[in-house]
Amino acid sequence: MKAPDFSYEKPTTISDVLALLANNELECQLLAGGQSLMPMMNFRMANPGTLVDISNVSELSGIYERKETIEIGAMVRYRELELSKIIKTHCPLISMVLPYVAHAAIRNRGTIGGSIGLSDPAAELPAVLLVLDGKIEITSEKGIRLEPANTFFKGVYETSCEPDELITKIILPKKQPKQKFGFHEIARRHGDYAMAGVCILQDVDLNVRVAFFGVADRAVRSIAVENLLSGNSYLSGELIKNAQNVLNDIEFEGDMNAGPEAKQHIAKVVLERALKEMKND
Amino acid sequence: MTKTAQINLVVNGEKYFENVPVRMNLADFLRNKLGLTGTHVGCEHGVCGACTIFLDGVTARSCLTLAVQADETEVTTIEGYETDKNASDLIKNFHKRNALQCGYCTPGMLASSIEYIEQGNPPDRKKVKEHISGNYCRCTGYQAIVDAICTTIEERQSR
Repeated sequence: MKAPDFSYEKPTTISDVLALLANNELECQLLAGGQSLMPMMNFRMANPGTLVDISNVSELSGIYERKETIEIGAMVRYRELELSKIIKTHCPLISMVLPYVAHAAIRNRGTIGGSIGLSDPAAELPAVLLVLDGKIEITSEKGIRLEPANTFFKGVYETSCEPDELITKIILPKKQPKQKFGFHEIARRHGDYAMAGVCILQDVDLNVRVAFFGVADRAVRSIAVENLLSGNSYLSGELIKNAQNVLNDIEFEGDMNAGPEAKQHIAKVVLERALKEMKND
Repeated sequence: MTKTAQINLVVNGEKYFENVPVRMNLADFLRNKLGLTGTHVGCEHGVCGACTIFLDGVTARSCLTLAVQADETEVTTIEGYETDKNASDLIKNFHKRNALQCGYCTPGMLASSIEYIEQGNPPDRKKVKEHISGNYCRCTGYQAIVDAICTTIEERQSR
């Protein structure tokens, strides 16, 4: 279980990274924290020609507060997010979710850009971006584009990011007063990939956004559940039950933990628990 | 096009300048190049926690870190925990509480325990369990390990 042979580059600027990515012959793969990529290489699921280590690109670091948004550099590690006062104040959903993202030693290395760029179906952060309506800044030699999270995630390990593109920033709207957040996940061991999980945002105008992870080929919103919950200031027991009943607009997919039917069941359980926790807040 | 690289790093206070294949992970580098075999290799995909070491002051999986990524860093392994991390009281409590049987998980378990204590966390069993949840132990059932960590924190607080 060792990684296959590859070449290694450690550029220090975004433009050097982009030049490497633009060269098709190098078969580049970006290495951020490596907490998913290294196991995939050890399992020989990934076999890059050239590994481009972006940990020394200082332009990709830092958490910045702008007027209406928070900008997070792609190389920001989970541990930095955990310790950040800006995140605690303006992106409380991230703070709620982080203790469940893998284990301490993994969070010390893993990055937000890596998690978003990988699009693991069971990862928490893609679902966070979906409910917060986050944007992903993607850079290539052709220029910079902003992709909404809603259209970014395409499938298992599949995103709208092209091989010559680099995720440079994650942009999230700041928390508004009276916004409420919900989160719940079920995993076999604390910190392991979730069997199912859910992130919920109840907006100021009572619009609700709900995104599940670990249940389909990617993080997905349930529009049926969102429509049912939106407009209600009080999350009654009956409303929660109805929300569970309409949760069938997702194409549930099984994994080694559970089949599609079990996934749907667990999704209903996490939905109920997250909503009840929101109600009691 | 580099398949090998020169790396400069400090391991347990000692400076090293070594030529490594870029595909070599840090655990293999520590064990096979430097002879520091206290770092154990379990699953080699980041699940078991046996290979956990300190990289620039925070814990990391040495099986998920390439040796070249450790260029210009400071590494501390179990060989340095008594001297560099002043963890002899924790090690003594592991011994006293029988917090190991076969000892395979112990190097990684100590790394996670030291980090928990260094962060100034309380002797709270639930929090300890969460923090060491990334380290598998197949002998002890964990209770003795949690005891050893909590006892160490309590002893340090009452000192």
